[in-house]
Amino acid sequence: MAHDHHGDEMTEPPSEMALRVQALESLLVEKGLVDPKALDVIVDRYENRVGPRNGAHVVARAWTDPDYLERLRANATAAIGELDYTGRQGEHMVVVENGPKVHHLVVCTLCSCYPWPVLGLPPAWYKSSPYRSRAVIDPRGVMAEFGTVLDEDVEVKVWDSTSEVRFLVLPERPEGTEGWTMEQLIPLVSRNSMIGVEKARPASGATA
Amino acid sequence: MNGPHDMGGMHAFGAINPEPEETEPLFHEPWERKALALTLACGALGQWSIDEARSVRESLDPALYTSSSYYRKWIEALTRQVVEKGLLTSEELETATVRQMPEPDSYRVLSAEAVDKVYSAGGPTSMDIDNAPLFQVGDLVLARNMNPVGHTRIPRYVRGHVGEIVLWHGGHVFADDSAKGIRRGEHLYTVQFMARDLWGPEAAAQDSVMVDLWEPYLEAP
Repeated sequence: MAHDHHGDEMTEPPSEMALRVQALESLLVEKGLVDPKALDVIVDRYENRVGPRNGAHVVARAWTDPDYLERLRANATAAIGELDYTGRQGEHMVVVENGPKVHHLVVCTLCSCYPWPVLGLPPAWYKSSPYRSRAVIDPRGVMAEFGTVLDEDVEVKVWDSTSEVRFLVLPERPEGTEGWTMEQLIPLVSRNSMIGVEKARPASGATA
Repeated sequence: MNGPHDMGGMHAFGAINPEPEETEPLFHEPWERKALALTLACGALGQWSIDEARSVRESLDPALYTSSSYYRKWIEALTRQVVEKGLLTSEELETATVRQMPEPDSYRVLSAEAVDKVYSAGGPTSMDIDNAPLFQVGDLVLARNMNPVGHTRIPRYVRGHVGEIVLWHGGHVFADDSAKGIRRGEHLYTVQFMARDLWGPEAAAQDSVMVDLWEPYLEAP
């Protein structure tokens, strides 16, 4: 892992994995099976253009527009598509709504399924063995690791993404945000709140 | 298959130790960018389905699977797939030298210009199927006790347990067959299992786990 070695990355010899990936790329490019410029566009798309700001937009819109919320409930794929967030790993969307007495948490125990068009690529912890193994058997313990402690009487519903259906959590709108605009609300919608390990950021913590 | 990937409910992997959302980099090593892009670009050649790719990752040696980073698993699997499908030969990989070029136009190569169009369109797995669904929302169903050697998406932790159908998604490409190169649909449902039924009396009474299951995984209880 990157933070295991603190030396100057530029002066370290390439790792075994770096060499293997480079060799694979060279062969595939030379054989004309992979366009190197396409690789750059793929990385740019998911590193810079498709990320959790998209999901935050969906959530803030749902918080401020009751008609949009209804459309999201009726057909999440279409309602999210209205905002142009479509495509790979988001072809079949379901939105689950948190409330005072119900809390949803999303996991993929079998691999790393995640709603790319609205959240981008998953964080490392979401793909890790500890999260994948524990989210279904100990969701409250998992959430506590993120600082999220729910009342005992709250119903916890864990969604294991075993098909091509992808789940987005609609977090509760934070208290004290009445009358806020969508632009003010978007920074409160953390990625983690849309996976369900945390709640949305409190109004007092707004940075925008 | 009952592989190392099917880890729902396992203990001993330890704490999650999540990096803070605000500061975690999307890639932790520079080569991970290429691992992602190469996997997607090779997938776009259309030589295998996503279920075949998952099947290969699940078939990695369990010790390698559990000790590898996410993108290393992808690269281990991709390396096997490009050889199995004849895109590269083992000799080419070992010598890092191209021995034989593919026939011109024998593959549909993903161009830089097409990337956004292709990934914004995605690949829906919903399918029209002739037979009516066997179950309806509200029905109780038994997740079959089944242990197929090939790829499957019914996790071990629900097998033999009764749950309630809470969503019906219509026909979707059946993962087990898709992993064998056969694209056909089966009805797909989301089934709710009570946490106590799965994990015993220590689980909170009102908590539950929702799992997407295709009809062949289910029977009347």
